[in-house]
Amino acid sequence: MYSLKKPTQTLILVVFVLFLSNKLIAQDIDLFKMQEAQDKKDQANKRDLVTATFKTTRMVNGQSIENVGKGIMDLKISHRFGTVNTGAYNFFGLDQATMRIGMDYGITNRLMVGIGRSTFNKEFDGFLKFRILRQSTGRRSFPFSVSYVATSIYQSVKPAETTYQIYQTDHFFYVHQLIFARKFNDYFSLQLVPTLVHYNIVPLTTSENDLYSVGVGFRQRISKRVNLTGEYYYQINPVTGTYNTLSLGFDIETGGHVFQLHFTNSTGINEKSVITETTGQWDKGDIHFGFNISRVFTIVKPKAMANAKF
Amino acid sequence: MKKIILSITMIAVGMTMANAQKLFSTKAGQIKFNATGGVEKIAAVNNQVDSKMVDKTGQIVFSLLVNGFIFDNQLMKDHFEENYLETTKYSKADFKGFITNISTVDFSKNGKYNVTVDGSLTIHGVTQKVSTAGTLTIANGKPSIVGVFKIKIKEYGITGLYIGEKIASEAEISVDCKYD
Repeated sequence: MYSLKKPTQTLILVVFVLFLSNKLIAQDIDLFKMQEAQDKKDQANKRDLVTATFKTTRMVNGQSIENVGKGIMDLKISHRFGTVNTGAYNFFGLDQATMRIGMDYGITNRLMVGIGRSTFNKEFDGFLKFRILRQSTGRRSFPFSVSYVATSIYQSVKPAETTYQIYQTDHFFYVHQLIFARKFNDYFSLQLVPTLVHYNIVPLTTSENDLYSVGVGFRQRISKRVNLTGEYYYQINPVTGTYNTLSLGFDIETGGHVFQLHFTNSTGINEKSVITETTGQWDKGDIHFGFNISRVFTIVKPKAMANAKF
Repeated sequence: MKKIILSITMIAVGMTMANAQKLFSTKAGQIKFNATGGVEKIAAVNNQVDSKMVDKTGQIVFSLLVNGFIFDNQLMKDHFEENYLETTKYSKADFKGFITNISTVDFSKNGKYNVTVDGSLTIHGVTQKVSTAGTLTIANGKPSIVGVFKIKIKEYGITGLYIGEKIASEAEISVDCKYD
């Protein structure tokens, strides 16, 4: 078909082909364009876990969806003063206080454990909280987070004289909670907490051992450092003489700590006493001023940080 | 005639070789920053930096996910992401620029070169010009780059109560990338 009898044509063809291939091979690489293409691809494929739904691991009294990170210890000191309606003689409640001191620790990023001691009924408590599902955005997004919390409480206050035998097991109470939470945006988060409180021994023969309730909590950002929070537990089968707990407060972030200031009608601080033993009523003025101080310590550094030199 | 064809072919192939650019890249580069202003260490590391470099032109890019920074303390990371860098809005930070004296670097033999890098750094959605010096090392045909520079945090539209106090107003950024 083609012969070297027409060398001029061959030459032109060869030069043309080489020129073309030269163009193709040696086309300048433009990293900026490549990066832009990569950014677009990454944007389409990205999946982010939602973080900081709430500012700390407690709403006010109860648990929030948040965990402390792996290797982090969180020392928590919570105070509830007396009720404000006790008047000037008691300095509007500030003369009295109940408190809880506790320590939480993150074993993994999903599992945290904590222990605490409350002055109210001299109760010890221990809990574990596990993240089952995490809210995420982007590809394979999921609309909310789910955690499970199991708390057991040991009441060490000396029991009143009874006509029946009090066993060691009668000092124990158990709380199971599922937390469903959603961060709607940087400004607003909401959680729902179906709860079961189990009493090994009940205060009155008419009371039930299993008490069901549903908690609701929210966070509304006011500024970068201040969030308004609220928490309410609705008791489905309440103990006679108790009321639903309602708390309103502020989370104030100050670098290494989150400072919580609030008003609540609960005297106790652990789940059992808050949800099922609140005798105060907001409309009667049985309102306690209170605060939680939290300070986090890094016990185990993340590997990448431990290896990096600064 | 055949000789002419052959020689033209040789020249053309030679030109192609001479123009060929080589692309070096890594997805595991390291970028650290230190913005400690007070007693508390405010520093983090990101070991998943995406970087590419071209030998002939000296063109270089770095890109990272801001929420890939690892801190000692989870709470600090949350504050960094939500209050300062606003990662839900600005998920990436990148640098696009050139090694201006790339012609002094001989990629074919082992050695250390002082290089200068000029380009634009985008953090928190704000782009600023950056010019800095670094060291480019060639080992067995593979380059690596280290460099340290400082940025003024407020120039990137990052605001917050503690900048200039607990958080230094200037953050020191260290880059360490080994390319394949």
